[in-house]
Amino acid sequence: MAESRDDFVIAVRSAFLKKANKQKFSLLTLLILSLIIIFLGSFNFKVIQYTKLGINELVYRFTYIASIPENYFKKYYFKISEHLYLYDKFKENQIILKNLKEKKLSNDYLILENKKLRKLINETIQSEDIYAKVLADNESPYLKSIILNKGSKDNVKMGMAIVDQSYLVGKIIEVNYTNSRALLLSDLNSKIPVLLEPYDMQAVLSGTGQIYGVIEYTKEDYRYSMDGDVIVYTSGQGGLFKPGLPVGKLIKDNGNRSLINFFSDFKQLDYVKIVSYEIGVNK
Amino acid sequence: MSSLEKNSFIKSIQFYVPSLILLFSVFNEFDLNYLNIEYFSFNFVYILIFYWTLKNPLHLSYGIIFLSGLVNDVVIGIPIGLSSFCYLLICTVTAYLRNITLSPNFINDWITLLFTLLLVNSVEVIFLDLIFSIHVDYTKFFVNTGFTFLFYPIFLIIFNNFEKKIRIRKND
Repeated sequence: MAESRDDFVIAVRSAFLKKANKQKFSLLTLLILSLIIIFLGSFNFKVIQYTKLGINELVYRFTYIASIPENYFKKYYFKISEHLYLYDKFKENQIILKNLKEKKLSNDYLILENKKLRKLINETIQSEDIYAKVLADNESPYLKSIILNKGSKDNVKMGMAIVDQSYLVGKIIEVNYTNSRALLLSDLNSKIPVLLEPYDMQAVLSGTGQIYGVIEYTKEDYRYSMDGDVIVYTSGQGGLFKPGLPVGKLIKDNGNRSLINFFSDFKQLDYVKIVSYEIGVNK
Repeated sequence: MSSLEKNSFIKSIQFYVPSLILLFSVFNEFDLNYLNIEYFSFNFVYILIFYWTLKNPLHLSYGIIFLSGLVNDVVIGIPIGLSSFCYLLICTVTAYLRNITLSPNFINDWITLLFTLLLVNSVEVIFLDLIFSIHVDYTKFFVNTGFTFLFYPIFLIIFNNFEKKIRIRKND
């Protein structure tokens, strides 16, 4: 019994402390170093923050280069898929186009009316767009985020909205000098204030880690009475996002949850807009 | 003379191939997520580190593993140092296994891998969810563990073949 315990202790000691051939560090040293970095990082220790910023600048560029072969593979995978469904897609697009043409006329009128009404209450919305390239999309099982090639030198700030065409896809959560990281709406940690139209209902859209989002913090009776097409827009509450950015469409009620199908395909993001806005009063 | 030099150059490159694959994997974060398979993910880096530190630790130094962990944290966007700690935990298990094993056995290694994956993923979840308050999907962790465990034999065959090649050339 004592002998087997001795063997165990010897094996553990050897595993932790013995430096094998060509190993410059023992495992124990590196394990302790990792723990120190984790804990100092959790207390926002300045040295760790600056080291991280330095590593970010270097690593994001290398990530872009290392992702080139996979991106090519991905691009051709999507191309082939698109070709396979070309006819079905064409038929679907014809119907959508017909509907859109009808809607455009009424939309033009609404835009003019909206401008007129804003003028009446002396309110203006000024927004500034920064175009950015997606360096890498790291939809790991843990975090859904993208790395963009614009950073603090291009006036990118924390919390700015990320838009694909006109659809909201996420917000900036980390800014470095030449690049930044955006958290996608599909991430478990993403929560944004939204408006459900045409019901004019305020809610919070949460990411699920999957390809859809869920609506939270709405009254139960409202949730069950929603029929027809429900479109989700940003509400602008909290002053973080520009109000009225389209996010997604309510697809079905799965038990107690209202699932939201995002308009943008987060797996195919290539170029995005970083949007900042300001609500001002005309003088 | 020049052919000899060329040969030694190729040999030295081959010697560092596992380290290069590890660095490339953490930079690239190859994950096949665009295939739109909802519950599918595996951790190639865990398999790579487990295999090489168990079978032939000369090809993958702890320093490189530690560095790749830092890179992985930056690329994924999780607290810095966490992946390094997890990777080194795998190295600890493999170093212990190497010390207590006289004749290597595939089933033993495979079961140890399952235990290691559960340990490492649990540590990661504890750090992310409980300490850093970053919500994580537990189902995805289980799926990731399952597929990494299942894919090990496939990569074992590939790595075994490659390791044989390096070993034969070394003895030439």
